[in-house]
Amino acid sequence: MMQKKRTSFLEIKKFLLKNNTYLIGLILFAACAAASKDFLTMSNLVNICQQYASTIIVSTGMLFVILTGGIDLSVGSIVAIGSVLSAYALTAWEWGVWPACVISMIAGVVCGLISGFFVAKTGMAPFVATLAMMTMARGVAYMISNGAPIITPSGTIGALGTAKIFPWLTWLTIIAVIVVAIAWFLLNYLSFGRMIIAIGSNEEAVHLAGIDVTPVKISAYAISGFCSAIGGIIACSRTAIGSPAVGTGLELDCIAACVIGGASLNGGVGSPIKTVIGVLILALIGNIMNLLAVPSYPQDVIKGVIIICAVLLQRFTNESEK
Amino acid sequence: MGNDGYRVEMEHVKKSFGGVYALSDAVIHVRPGEIHALVGENGAGKSTLMKILSGALQRDAGMIRIEGQEVRFSSPKEAKAAGIATIYQEFMLAPDLTVTENIFMDRLNSEGKIIKWKSLHEQAAKLLAEMGFEDINPKRRVANLSVAYQQVVEICKSISRNVKVLILDEPTAVLTVKEIEKLFSLLKKLKENGVSIIYISHRLEEIFEICDKITVMKDGCFVDCVATTEIDKDQLMRKMVGRELTQMFPERNVKPGEVVMEVSHLMGSSQVQDVSFQVRAGEVLGFYGLVGAGRTETMRAVFGADKWSSGEIRLLGESVHFKSPKQAVAKKLGMLPEDRKRQGVLLDQSIKMNVSITVMKKVQKYGLFHKKKEAEFVKELLEKMNTKYAAIENKASSLSGGNQQKVALAKWLAADCRCMILDEPTRGVDVGAKVEIYHCINQLAEAGIAIIMVSSEMPELMGMCDNIVIMHQGKVRGVLERDEFTEDGIIFAAMGGNGE
Repeated sequence: MMQKKRTSFLEIKKFLLKNNTYLIGLILFAACAAASKDFLTMSNLVNICQQYASTIIVSTGMLFVILTGGIDLSVGSIVAIGSVLSAYALTAWEWGVWPACVISMIAGVVCGLISGFFVAKTGMAPFVATLAMMTMARGVAYMISNGAPIITPSGTIGALGTAKIFPWLTWLTIIAVIVVAIAWFLLNYLSFGRMIIAIGSNEEAVHLAGIDVTPVKISAYAISGFCSAIGGIIACSRTAIGSPAVGTGLELDCIAACVIGGASLNGGVGSPIKTVIGVLILALIGNIMNLLAVPSYPQDVIKGVIIICAVLLQRFTNESEK
Repeated sequence: MGNDGYRVEMEHVKKSFGGVYALSDAVIHVRPGEIHALVGENGAGKSTLMKILSGALQRDAGMIRIEGQEVRFSSPKEAKAAGIATIYQEFMLAPDLTVTENIFMDRLNSEGKIIKWKSLHEQAAKLLAEMGFEDINPKRRVANLSVAYQQVVEICKSISRNVKVLILDEPTAVLTVKEIEKLFSLLKKLKENGVSIIYISHRLEEIFEICDKITVMKDGCFVDCVATTEIDKDQLMRKMVGRELTQMFPERNVKPGEVVMEVSHLMGSSQVQDVSFQVRAGEVLGFYGLVGAGRTETMRAVFGADKWSSGEIRLLGESVHFKSPKQAVAKKLGMLPEDRKRQGVLLDQSIKMNVSITVMKKVQKYGLFHKKKEAEFVKELLEKMNTKYAAIENKASSLSGGNQQKVALAKWLAADCRCMILDEPTRGVDVGAKVEIYHCINQLAEAGIAIIMVSSEMPELMGMCDNIVIMHQGKVRGVLERDEFTEDGIIFAAMGGNGE
């Protein structure tokens, strides 16, 4: 009996060490619950999920690129395009909500395809190619909206932003869960997902194993663009305003989320579910500090410190695992 | 305690990693002005022992004395200060800096605050000249030097620091015959100057050529220390593995069948100039040549990894021109690349993934990976290759070099290849694993697969192949049949003589 208990304890310990992202998330959650009595209320938790749905989706897209060993700096700007273009289609063209969303997604995919093309076909560094895309996409977002936010007609896209199935479950959360589930499925059960991971691990070996690397790499950027556009649509739906300034600096949050979630910037390592935890860790930090009325500038400093601590802890536990 | 004239004394050194002993009783004694070989199978603990000597690892127990003084280095820096330098297979050079900058990396401004380039370049030139390498320009970028010259720079870097003990880990693995000669003359010069050299190598011929003494290790233990003059190669090998190696090259019972691939007048890069050869089903065709002879380049062109301009390749009677490895694999041609770590395996991914990567469709159901199906498929192949592994979910990096290579081979076995190119299949694996890889190759040949085996090790080609193609500067210099194999004949052709 004792023996059995012991092994199961060891197994739990091993699991937590290997998946320390969950551990960090749990600890932080407990700390937040202890720090403020407003934290563990339904409205607050629902609000966090609502607020970070778009970051979760964009980070999931980012993860695909990071898995291939690349990086996508353009996600924040594509979020802006997604937001502005859907609002523009609703107002200027008087399209329905669905076509407006679809055209935004197409735009996001096109942006991703362009960066992906330059990375995979011309061998441009992902940092550079997506940096250029980041500037261009932001410019396009401002061009579409003529520099000003676009207010969408009431009862259209804004309805999505506040829609709930149950009091504790909003549609935006469901969309995020669906995107993450699809990503998880793709990476675990489809050849495509495995190729993404393999390419990040050793591109040359994959090429010599008779796999065409180029289309897979381009697809990773397209997926990132697609997810970013969805993120933009969600951003638009939450405020019912299409804003060209939305998503500024979001790329860094997404990269941070992937890294906190255990992804390696060298590629080949990362999981969508842990990335979600990564986003939630960032979300909890922001949320608890708001609840504790910490001013915004110190918040940024504390956030940075916590990112470093989370990653250090991971390295530490990864080494002890060896 | 007297030191009996030894410079390095390591006694009863123990080291364990997580409960597994890498060294349980290692001993080595080296005198000044001695070239001392350290041999043993991979995993015998040679590298671990040298890492302890050079401060990269710390011993758990035992004694290390340098010139009679007990030492305990806690970092490579301390060992360096004590005059111990290591030349690893992967050089510690900054490729974008010049030769001078690399040699004097850590003391560029030793003559004052401002770097005196002229003086440093002169010093570097002098150092290189002393070593017999006047032709290396100290102002050149290291990246533009040949591998051999990079190694010379690496050695100069340590000599310039007043080195007493120089550790060389497989220094000749990347060198051509001529370059090896140069390295040896350099080592002899260092020996005259009283430097103790510890020489780790799998190439026994070299050890007998250059070394004075040999320490043999096995499974983390000291086996014997003998003078080179008192032992021959067979005896040494027996000491290393503790078994007779009469079956080093296993027999193969197969008669080559119809021609599987025929390459005629292939022209590609400067290293592929009018190459023709053919390989039959069940045949092992060897490719020998010095480094830079164009063997790998030819294979890469055939496989579609590099471009080629003219000539013809017929695979299974069909004229083909592969634009990518993908096309080659689709036509049942596989290639095991020469650099296992960089090109062959996905080190940080699972063994399972490494094997099934060429045939993902085979282990899926309705387009989705099927866990059980994949596990069975992968295990069966690994079994066939006689691979030792703990679990297929483990990372490929957890395997020894030989087993990694078997995993890479299993991937092509999975793909049902009719013709397989093996580029240096036994590089960097120990003697025991080599024999097992030879067995695997024979098994493949017996299954009717046409095999092209590129190797820099002549005994291996002579033992394994039905025919050997010898290349020199991008051209085929001769094709020898099994009964015509002689070391002299092969070397002569490889050096550019008229073979045959």
